[in-house]
Amino acid sequence: MSKSVSLNSAPPMAVDHKGKPFLDPYLAGALLGIVLFAAFFLTGNGLGASGGIARVLVAAEDQIVPEHIDRTAYLLNMAGGETDPLDHWIVVITLGTVIGGFLSGLAHGRLRVETAKGPRISSKRRLVFAVLGGVLMGYGARLARGCTSGQALSGGAVLSVGSWAFMFAVFAGGYALAWFVRKLWT
Amino acid sequence: MAPFALVDQFGKTIAYLIYFAIGLGFGATLEMAGFSDSRRLAGQFYLRNLTVLKVMFTAIITAMVLVFLSSALGLLDYPRVYVNPTYLVPGIVGGLVMGVGFILGGFCPGTSLVAVSTLKVDALFFFLGVCIGVFSFGESVGRINEFFYSSSMGRFTLPEWLGAPTGLVVVGVVLMALFMFWGGEKLEAKFGGPEEYAAVRVLPTRTHHLAAASLLGLALVTLVIGQPNAEERWSRAGEETHALLQNRGAYIEPGELLSLSQNREVRLLMLDVRSEAEYNVFHLEDARRVDMHEVEEGLLSLELLQAPSNTVTVLIANDELRSTEAWRRLKADRVLNAYILEGGVNEWLGEFRPDLALVRTRSVPVGSMRYPFPAALGAGQAGANLDELSHEHPDLAFEAKVKLQTKKKLGGGCG
Repeated sequence: MSKSVSLNSAPPMAVDHKGKPFLDPYLAGALLGIVLFAAFFLTGNGLGASGGIARVLVAAEDQIVPEHIDRTAYLLNMAGGETDPLDHWIVVITLGTVIGGFLSGLAHGRLRVETAKGPRISSKRRLVFAVLGGVLMGYGARLARGCTSGQALSGGAVLSVGSWAFMFAVFAGGYALAWFVRKLWT
Repeated sequence: MAPFALVDQFGKTIAYLIYFAIGLGFGATLEMAGFSDSRRLAGQFYLRNLTVLKVMFTAIITAMVLVFLSSALGLLDYPRVYVNPTYLVPGIVGGLVMGVGFILGGFCPGTSLVAVSTLKVDALFFFLGVCIGVFSFGESVGRINEFFYSSSMGRFTLPEWLGAPTGLVVVGVVLMALFMFWGGEKLEAKFGGPEEYAAVRVLPTRTHHLAAASLLGLALVTLVIGQPNAEERWSRAGEETHALLQNRGAYIEPGELLSLSQNREVRLLMLDVRSEAEYNVFHLEDARRVDMHEVEEGLLSLELLQAPSNTVTVLIANDELRSTEAWRRLKADRVLNAYILEGGVNEWLGEFRPDLALVRTRSVPVGSMRYPFPAALGAGQAGANLDELSHEHPDLAFEAKVKLQTKKKLGGGCG
């Protein structure tokens, strides 16, 4: 397990024992920026993730309790009556995201069943907190009308005031709690 | 000009293939950035690993410079690019909740998708949590509707908020990001963990400096060229929109206005763009007077862009001169469902107040009122009440022009 990276050697890459090293974050960011620009330029829309997840869920709900969907204003919009919640570009993007991640992991030898966690907690505890964090993330993302991708990244790049306020709120929320839950990660 | 109405132009299959390709690129870059490891993401909050900050802000400034540069060069129509509408307070509260979720769960929704696809177990559990959260929001939003829709500011951008030219804001954001990268490198050098998931260390190589300088250079070019003004934006509004003036598709007859006023499905907004004096003499009941300054400064466009999507705006002048001018400006700002009252107030009175023509018909200069009134009764004059008129003229013929367009074609990434 190689741990650190020599700071004076030529290739500025981290050495990761699992598969090939990750990209230089600035290069990865520039590539992500180009993908985001392509999305805006070609389609007029940015990127997103939570919207796709929401629609898949609503589609499942529509199979089980369609009457309930038709009575709930917020869900009606996505799946009311004959509307197919899956027939939406964000669902296609989300599908692409999953497959793109998989292909990249495959190509770089990073497909591996594992639970990433801090050194001081058990895997079980990590998974409990993962669910808890996920619940808050999912709820918050809908409340804020977007997640880190759909709001912060996409809205930030086109200079939406709300997206920048949102972005700082996410960082503020994380930093405010970080010290109290440091056992989880450090 | 970009952006394209993909589904309309190329059909659904090709459009969805393009979206799929964009998704592939999105997923692959997130994975290559190392975002499938929750420790790397959480490391951001302990200053051990600032990959999140670096990737995110590099992506934002790269996309931002490209978007506004192509807008300045006339390649991209920024008014048609989706800008997340601002709902300030729900956005901030949702952001705080997400920040807490981030530090507890170690992912955000997008990164968890990529981590699930590379078989990370913690990501799968996180993803289940996201599903529970999304589901419970859908079920409970009805109870917090008022809050969910509060502090709505519509399409509201930093340049508008700061009152600064867009190019200047673009340069400022690039500088801010570069400063954050510089500080981030310092912090990482000080607090960076020796763990196996530590940051991908990069030396401040010449390539990085060169890339930063080029991006800043492009931002400065954007500033120098400047964003298109209203007249340029009008010229880019598209042939279809331009044709609406020549083929009279933008002009609705009095009969159609009467019909609209009785249509419960549309929210009719009549805007009178004449002078205050003329408005006081006579105006259609429920018509609101709008000063041409409000139109020229774009304030009216801002308001209308936030209006409910079933809003139909009808511009009213004495004839069609000023209303057409106002309409062009609204169209330059991509306001939907805006129309002009054909012939304006003069034709309206000619149609519904034949008695006036008997009194006196003046030959008047273009743009002014044709009929004199003895008193300034505003909407109190006969011929001003649309409800009464539609009862009196139930079968008034007209060629229907209004086609309600919804803005649903563009939507949020998380909508």
